[in-house]
Amino acid sequence: MKRTLVALAVLGLGASAVHAQEVIKLGTAAPLTGTQSHLGKDIENGVRLAIEDYNAKGVTLGGKKVKFEVMAEDDAADPKTATNVAQRLVDAGVKGVIGHLNSGASIPASRIYNEGGIPQVSPASTNPKLTQQGFKATYRTIANDVQQGLGIGKFAATSLGKNVAVIDDRTAYGQGLADEVVKAVKASGGTVVTREFTSDKATDFAAILTKLKAAKPDVIVYSGMDTQGGPMLKQIKQLGITAKFITGDGGCTGEIIKLAGDAISPNAYCTQPGLPLDKMPGGKDFNARFKKRFNADVQIYAPYAYDAASAIIEAMKAANSSDPAKYAAAIGKVNFPGVIGTVAFDAKGDIKDGAVTVYQFKAGKWEPVQ
Amino acid sequence: METLLQQTVNGLVVGSVYALIALGYTMVYGILGLINFAHGDVLMVGALVALEAIRLLQIYAPELGLVPTLLAGLAISVVVCMILGYTIERTAYRRLRNAPRLAPLITAIGVSFLLQTLAMIIWGRNYHTFPQLVSTVPLEPIAGVFITPVQIAILVVSATLMVGLVVLVNKTRLGRAMRATAENHKVASLMGVDTNKIIAATFIIGSGLAAVAGVMYSSNYGIAHYAMGFMPGLKAFTAAVLGGIGNLAGAMLGGIVLGLVESIGAGYIEDLSFGFLNSSYQDIFAFLILGIVLIFRPTGLLGERVADRA
Amino acid sequence: MNELALAVPYLGKRHPAAARWVVIAIAIGAPLIAVLFGKTWVRILDFAMLYVMLAIGLNLVVGFAGLLDLGYIAFYAVGAYTFAFLASPHFDIHLPFWLVLPAGAACAAVAGIILGLPTLRLRGDYLAIVTLGFGEIVRIFLNNLNHPVNITNGPQGINMIDPLVLFGWDISRPLKIGDEITVNSLFLYYYVFLAFVVLSIILVQRLQVSRVGRAWAAIRDDELAAKAIGINTRNMKLLAFSLGATFGGVSGGLFAAFQGFVSPESFSLMESIAVLTMIVFGGMGNLAGVIIGALALTALPEVLRYVAVPVQQAVFDRVILDPEVLRMLLLSLAMIFMMLLRPAGLIPAYSRYSRPELVVGKAASGEAGK
Repeated sequence: MKRTLVALAVLGLGASAVHAQEVIKLGTAAPLTGTQSHLGKDIENGVRLAIEDYNAKGVTLGGKKVKFEVMAEDDAADPKTATNVAQRLVDAGVKGVIGHLNSGASIPASRIYNEGGIPQVSPASTNPKLTQQGFKATYRTIANDVQQGLGIGKFAATSLGKNVAVIDDRTAYGQGLADEVVKAVKASGGTVVTREFTSDKATDFAAILTKLKAAKPDVIVYSGMDTQGGPMLKQIKQLGITAKFITGDGGCTGEIIKLAGDAISPNAYCTQPGLPLDKMPGGKDFNARFKKRFNADVQIYAPYAYDAASAIIEAMKAANSSDPAKYAAAIGKVNFPGVIGTVAFDAKGDIKDGAVTVYQFKAGKWEPVQ
Repeated sequence: METLLQQTVNGLVVGSVYALIALGYTMVYGILGLINFAHGDVLMVGALVALEAIRLLQIYAPELGLVPTLLAGLAISVVVCMILGYTIERTAYRRLRNAPRLAPLITAIGVSFLLQTLAMIIWGRNYHTFPQLVSTVPLEPIAGVFITPVQIAILVVSATLMVGLVVLVNKTRLGRAMRATAENHKVASLMGVDTNKIIAATFIIGSGLAAVAGVMYSSNYGIAHYAMGFMPGLKAFTAAVLGGIGNLAGAMLGGIVLGLVESIGAGYIEDLSFGFLNSSYQDIFAFLILGIVLIFRPTGLLGERVADRA
Repeated sequence: MNELALAVPYLGKRHPAAARWVVIAIAIGAPLIAVLFGKTWVRILDFAMLYVMLAIGLNLVVGFAGLLDLGYIAFYAVGAYTFAFLASPHFDIHLPFWLVLPAGAACAAVAGIILGLPTLRLRGDYLAIVTLGFGEIVRIFLNNLNHPVNITNGPQGINMIDPLVLFGWDISRPLKIGDEITVNSLFLYYYVFLAFVVLSIILVQRLQVSRVGRAWAAIRDDELAAKAIGINTRNMKLLAFSLGATFGGVSGGLFAAFQGFVSPESFSLMESIAVLTMIVFGGMGNLAGVIIGALALTALPEVLRYVAVPVQQAVFDRVILDPEVLRMLLLSLAMIFMMLLRPAGLIPAYSRYSRPELVVGKAASGEAGK
């Protein structure tokens, strides 16, 4: 009896999900509430802009004109909520998903998309693991931490000094990036003189910095977030450490400048995957249109989200179908000029030639150096 | 050697903040037998209120000098925290004074989270920069050891407050009443001590000290945010237990010792464990010490009350 | 079941037998109703079942034996990681679940004894703090034991954990009955979890009225008196710790299999507090209360997401309080006001000795000023 009831319920659901033929729903998931809500909104708006562009141009699939719609969900930057949201998107019958922001949300969610047979393109999750799970249709349009770690390590060891100290915050992001930095430093002929650890809730770094000082590094790599990076820069100064400082995208923000106050100097560098907006091939035009449409500035991820949505739609066009089973493989073969540059993926699903830009602190803000 | 000296100074600075917070725990525990979980969050409120007050003062009374502004901000935050401490005691703890001990403890955890959430609503989740009115630029190094004026101020202020508190408890009428209440509520009230008033006074003094600790903490690190109180609170509690809870001198000693252990431990754990452990274990020292002390010497270093008072 | 049946309003006291059938019908029918609102709700129900198990286990320690444990989530973590070690590509071991789950439970039980032995002498608030410390120590070790030998894979967590395979039947795959009917794996998980919950309930009920349960009640109400009448308080307390931990371990193992991914951030102090709130809210010492508390508080964030966000948008035109903030607010207020106004919880315990001392409110036991 139990089984038949289940079956009935499932059938009922199946019946209600069949209509909707002209309209193709694309899902997007990112934190829309909480501390990262501005970044989540950035992603959602990027997707919206892409879809509006394609709808304006008109897309025909299988001989029928189609219209795209966005279904935006809030994952609250939380792994468990992310799986719930992913399930909701799969339930709603979206044909593809652009999201999530945090790797910690993307990875558990990707499993659900994979089970539901729905392609996922993340515009922001940089953890290499995301595309290494063996899922067929998991892609990203942003350079991953391997690419970024390589960028940091190489720049630190070749341009800032041979002796490198590495600190990470023991989060999945911080530790993953730091491991790549260590590899890259060694590969570029540098030495990792010490490796120290803190946590993403710490405020006191005096003990580890004192220990690090004794190892006499030329440069300190901090792999973690701006909220720790700011106070850390302060304490570096307080302890009379003169080494240069470089951090990844987690610390490449205006916030770290604010928090470090007078302790930040041109000795501080940071990196960001991708090109700065005004150096992207379509950056200037995109920025202007984005501003006009949403009355908001591009934070970071809107161009990546725009290109992620474009990649999905281009693949649908190439396969002449919106059926995920048919077009999923085509995402891996797309090759078109997007906002961020040429959009094409490697065998794993990472963006090809993901760029990493190094910035230096100059006159109150981060300026690109390379 | 230079490194060891520097680590000692680091430890002393952190430790004296712990000590100041630990006093609040120890006073309340001594009198009520209650771990006031929310104490760390009172510290957070102190820091954020001071931040707000200083911001406003800098806008409306810019002619005030740096140090007077800081002192005014500090005074405002001490008063606010004292009121807060009294309110917490009056509304959340007093009714449960005779309830079994699980009840006030759970309430205290609730108050702690409530304060954090309210602070999150008022001040947001972001880190705020705390105005650095006392210089954080290091002085000329002495024997290779760097110390900043703010850190010197922290050491001096905490030492003064601790001495002041000891005098208050041991030499004044209020102090005598506090000791009597701690010894035995009923007998104290029979002797004409208004125990309700004394308990309220204890909360008020403890909260005032927490506010000072919060301002010092934020001045040193230059930041303030809604969750900043929890960890220092927990560590300060450890310090109080380490020194012998209910014992003022013990709380101070415990704070300093814990600060030193953390700082020197994080600096040398890697060498001591032949590279197996590293500085990522910094946060477990406090918990390990807590466990070890409670298990092997529940009366703490200086000894006062016994862990099992049931 | 009886207690749950009694908790059914109106019917419970008049027709316990009918009420019992209502409870059974709800338990079996819940996912079928939930699916009408989307499969997300079935997933939430799945999680709710895990939390129910956790709450039952913690209730054993706190509600029955009166030992306040603030690090309970550590046992959940031990169970989850044991499962992950023994059934994932991490060590390339893939043992069947009927070996792995008991192994996880056993490890958790041992962890319970390890925590219990040294803390036997401690009571009330001291115990709370030490257990809190224990929870944090476990989390910190899980987060850092990837160096110098990689045991836990550090903050990256362990991915691709094997799903539950019941004697050759992989329940993470949809079940096909005939050609047309498929039953989603979420339903299968629900019924498997439900089976575990029912088993736990039966076990705990038996325990409660057994010698052991009465001994716990005696210890909780007056340890000295319990000792005096010849109860071996040491063994009884250890038993409470290890049995409570066992439930946590089983629940953790199921969680690992269900989620397929474990990382230390799932086992934070906040989770321990959340489980504690569930039993405080529902009614300490009372199974029905604990279960309802767990169900209510697991659904709360999702309900808030659906209700609070649109309401705020309609009234204020923007979201002022995030669902997450609201949840924290409600949780903390619940803890304070439940203790002040209704210390016995939503559904107070009925039988005399299942009532924790909170209800009785013995004036003398505080001994505040001794």
